[in-house]
Amino acid sequence: MNDGVLLDVRNLDVFIGESHILQNVSFQVREGGITGLLGRNGVGKTTTLRGILGLVRRTGSVTLAGDELTALDVPQVVRRGVGYVPEDRDVFGGLTVDENLRLAERPGSPLRYELVYDLFPELRTRGAQRAGTLSGGQQQMVALARALLNADNRILLIDEPTKGLAPLVVGLVTNALKRAAEVATILLVEQNLAVAHKLVRDVIVLDQGQVGFIGNVEQLMGDPALARKHLGVAHG
Amino acid sequence: MSTVALLAITGLGLGALYFLIAAGLSLIWGLMRVLNFAHGAFFTVAAYAGWVASEALPADALWLRWLVSLVVGIVVGALFATLTETILIRPLYARHIGQVLVTVGLALATIALVEGGFGSDPRKIALPEWMTATTKLAGAAIPNTRLLVIAIAALVLALLLYFLQRTRYGLIVRAGVENRAMVMALGIDVQKAFTLVFAIGGMAAGLAGVLAAAYYGTIDPGRGTAMLIFAFIVVVIGGLGSVTGSAIAAVIVGLVQQFLNFYAAAGVGDFAVILLLAGVLLVRPGGLAGSST
Ligand SMILES: Nc1ncnc2c1ncn2[C@@H]1O[C@H](COP(=O)(O)OP(=O)(O)O)[C@@H](O)[C@H]1O
Ligand SMILES: [Mg+2]
Repeated sequence: MNDGVLLDVRNLDVFIGESHILQNVSFQVREGGITGLLGRNGVGKTTTLRGILGLVRRTGSVTLAGDELTALDVPQVVRRGVGYVPEDRDVFGGLTVDENLRLAERPGSPLRYELVYDLFPELRTRGAQRAGTLSGGQQQMVALARALLNADNRILLIDEPTKGLAPLVVGLVTNALKRAAEVATILLVEQNLAVAHKLVRDVIVLDQGQVGFIGNVEQLMGDPALARKHLGVAHG
Repeated sequence: MSTVALLAITGLGLGALYFLIAAGLSLIWGLMRVLNFAHGAFFTVAAYAGWVASEALPADALWLRWLVSLVVGIVVGALFATLTETILIRPLYARHIGQVLVTVGLALATIALVEGGFGSDPRKIALPEWMTATTKLAGAAIPNTRLLVIAIAALVLALLLYFLQRTRYGLIVRAGVENRAMVMALGIDVQKAFTLVFAIGGMAAGLAGVLAAAYYGTIDPGRGTAMLIFAFIVVVIGGLGSVTGSAIAAVIVGLVQQFLNFYAAAGVGDFAVILLLAGVLLVRPGGLAGSST
């Protein structure tokens, strides 16, 4: 295990049907802080997160703090300390907010209700409300809270948490991610480059199922040509 | 008036039996997306196991014999269902056609085996005197078995709702019905919930087998299949995955069937249930408890 490396992804390959979605993807996530997983639409960011969890069939190697995850099933991977906030949030709409959180409680893990309610006070007041009747932003809070709740999560895989949210809520989520990064390592997929720039330290950029760039966020964002090449836009 | 009361209670009794079968079917479909055609086999094997147990006991200990058959039926239903899930369904994980075919095969094989072992003629069930008697209600002499079946089904509904609403496994089942992959992504071993739901469904179907034996006074190898068809209709009308929806639909189907079979002609009620199914699917494709899209 390399010094300071928490998650080590090596030669990850994913086929869905006939298509070779991820091709030999390798990268490392350092312990602590937020690492960005960036790239244009459809390059395989979501599939990478799903591959780490085992939600899609993959080959290659994924280790968390030196432990190989690829032989484990999804619940086993998660119980090793991997929290997941999916792109479409996937809250349980028929369950109340409280029930969504209770379901996420992992037996044996210390729980961080205080942090969760501190970041998202609405979740306390809306505890008895069905999650399906919440706004998109509130559902995102539930999704983030589910991952933050378990204190024994070592890494959080968070997929486009600000997608489709009003600017005010984007600010709230950004702030929550900053706080979350103080207690866990985060691998963040984020299409809002302003948000990504503010939060992220290391970046991995995917390009059509392959790693196109690995480095520091300033290297990428500070070089308009590089940013345009990998992200399709320059970000000032 | 007394005829209406008799028909209503009889229809409710029939609905109660449908519900006991449908509740498990609905949860199994909701959670695992398996159409479990073997559910009628759970019913049939439990009924025969209960009968065998009853026959093995002293002839005049009628209450004891019935209570033992009840327990045996529930246990056998649960065991049969658990084995079905672990041995036949689980290896075919995510291969839905295979799972359906395996349950159809199991159903056919079970009926053939039961016929081979016990013959295809109905067997008479020994019942306590109270169960062959009637109670006067609204001017009608209501067979006590109707009342018994309704009371037990209501109790089972209450227990199931308690399980679903108040226990952690109930929470997992409700969440799994909505989004199984996300339940796994929370670190929960959803496989255990599958087995549990099968066991619960088998228990209820086994209970239905023994209660139907009391309701009709006999058992035969074909009744499980006949009841299963109506139970499937109840599940679809009620909304796949919803226990409450199944309970409401079971009552409606039982009543429609009884009243029309009596006032129109035998068989009309059965046909009307099919029409009802078509009507509900046109207006609310997700069933009574489902969304209208
Ligand atoms: N379940 C699937 N079936 C078929 N193709 C898929 C599936 N999931 C993803 N893909 C394809 O894989 C590629 C990467 O998708 P995804 O990982 O969602 O990209 P991103 O998250 O970067 O936008 C896309 O071309 C997408 O169409
Ligand atoms: Mg994506």
